Amino acid sequence: MNAATAPAIPDDRTVLRCRDLHRYLGEGENRVHVLKGISLQLERGKIYAISGPSGCGKSTLLYLLGLLDRPDGGEVYLNHKPMSQSSDRERTAARNASLGFVFQFHFLLKEFSALENLMIPMRKKGIYSPAQMESRARQFLEAVGLSDKAHRLTTQLSGGEQQRVALARSLANSPAVILADEPTGNLDVENSNLVCDLLTQLARENDQAVLIVTHNPEIARKCDRVLRMQDGVFLD
Amino acid sequence: MTSNILVALRFLTANKRPMAMSLAGIVFGVGFFIFSQAQTSGFEQFFIKTVLGTNGAIRVQDRIRATFSTMEMEEEKGNGGQGWVIENKENLKYIEGIEHPLEVIAAIKQFDSVTGVSEVLAGTVIVSNNFRSRSGTIYGVDIDRHAAVSDLENQIIFGDMESIRTKSNGILIGSAFARWIQAKIGDFLLVTAKDVNRRFTVAGIFETGVSDIDRERIYAHLSEARSVLQRPHGASFLQVNLKNPLRAREEAEHMMNTIYYHVASWQERERSWLDAFMVLRVSTALTVSTIILLSGLGMFNTLAMLVMEKTREIAILRSMGYTRKDISSIFLWQGGLVLLAGTVSGWALAVFITFGVSQLPFRVTGIFTTDSFVVHWSIWHYVLATLTAAVVVMAASFLPARRAARLEPGEVIRGTAS
Repeated sequence: MNAATAPAIPDDRTVLRCRDLHRYLGEGENRVHVLKGISLQLERGKIYAISGPSGCGKSTLLYLLGLLDRPDGGEVYLNHKPMSQSSDRERTAARNASLGFVFQFHFLLKEFSALENLMIPMRKKGIYSPAQMESRARQFLEAVGLSDKAHRLTTQLSGGEQQRVALARSLANSPAVILADEPTGNLDVENSNLVCDLLTQLARENDQAVLIVTHNPEIARKCDRVLRMQDGVFLD
Repeated sequence: MTSNILVALRFLTANKRPMAMSLAGIVFGVGFFIFSQAQTSGFEQFFIKTVLGTNGAIRVQDRIRATFSTMEMEEEKGNGGQGWVIENKENLKYIEGIEHPLEVIAAIKQFDSVTGVSEVLAGTVIVSNNFRSRSGTIYGVDIDRHAAVSDLENQIIFGDMESIRTKSNGILIGSAFARWIQAKIGDFLLVTAKDVNRRFTVAGIFETGVSDIDRERIYAHLSEARSVLQRPHGASFLQVNLKNPLRAREEAEHMMNTIYYHVASWQERERSWLDAFMVLRVSTALTVSTIILLSGLGMFNTLAMLVMEKTREIAILRSMGYTRKDISSIFLWQGGLVLLAGTVSGWALAVFITFGVSQLPFRVTGIFTTDSFVVHWSIWHYVLATLTAAVVVMAASFLPARRAARLEPGEVIRGTAS
């Protein structure tokens, strides 16, 4: 058991942790015990990777940590606040303020330009003026090397560029935690390395915790902690 | 612009073709709804205006005189020795017309709402000339008093008021009546009633627009009518005009309780016509509403498809902090934006068609006689069309919006990833 999975007493650096998480998926005879008592804590400025075979529960854990799903047992703490039983409104507000997501598929809104896609979470947060939103969005696009394509519709960007826009969007509200589910799973090697390097670099610069679910050992090697998972439990 | 409206607008414009179909349905639905109401209520208003301008807001006529038979009942214990008065309805007496018109006129003039009263003596006569003869109804009036309670002066299409004022044997005849007997200004007509013949001169021809009136009515000086009808006293009815004709029903009730004559408001007199207009208006509104309803179904279909197409986008918006209410509002806004564009364009279409049709030179004859389609401009037609469209569109948007709001982002993303 390493530092990430140890049920340590949370300190000020801990932004997200879970304790004894259980999750079942499916109904009746198809009901599967996917997560079997997972505990984990993530600290600011550190990059974590979860690796393991398909179906071991990596993504399920990520969705629970990202407050996109509710556990059947255990608790998720975001900024030391228990979230499993909180209302949908509280969980939604917490996602907007403290969590950023990057998925295998970019999930950009194709009706909007790259710049506008970055401004969508900022608009919801409601603390930035339109000028501030645009300025921040340009900064993040510049950070991922796409400042010259800010006004292009996302359908006019390549796969790698789309995923970089999605990465920039996850940073838009300066979340404390970024959760990435196979963020390079749909990219070639070159783009995969580029996106991974950007993610780790920007997260370290901004003192953000990053949890990456990946099959890619190259990516796992670049992380501060690697958590190997099998049959719903961590191996280490 | 709020975030939800912006997203709604972009989703909407990305689905141009199906949304354009729904939009077109609403535009035509709203436009034709308003136009049909403008047209049907145009004829209704025309009828009301004509009725008010011809027969006045209120007519005082006839009365039932109570001839009470009183009966002293036997004293009952404890009633203080008072008897009861019982009205025996068999002794009620119906009195046709107004026996003492001047007294009743004086009483009616006490009402603040009354602007004028005209005494009318009416009776059936036979009118003939060298060409043919036909029956009609002669209305003996004081021309100036009657002009004050009607629109007679403006209804004269040939001749003028001065001609009849200056000719004691002058008469005004309806346009359809004049056509029937082929009479023109200055012609002599023989008017016969109860074996009395009198010769009159056509001093004017009027047209009210209501064929029934124009076909049979003749205006003559009251004294001449008395002579023909052999009724030296009394009146058939009193025609009363009000400051606010729309309050005729209430005023009639009030007068009836004061003067004990039967007082009929124009709403009571023309109830069958007004009911027919109402049925026609509701019927056309229901018929035209089907266009809006069909566009609503199209809208429902489009939005339901859109929710299915946009599950990933909905999930990602939820992951970024958009609440269920936000998602619901995005889809409701799409309905709202189509509704807004549809109704505003529908209003414009309605104005265009209504104005265009009202300008068409189209001679209408039959129950009414007009030179063009009569339309009535009313803000309420626009309000009603908008409310109908709003109910249909928002009902069509509600279910897809609710379905979108209920999507679980985790399930959608897991499903997409797998």
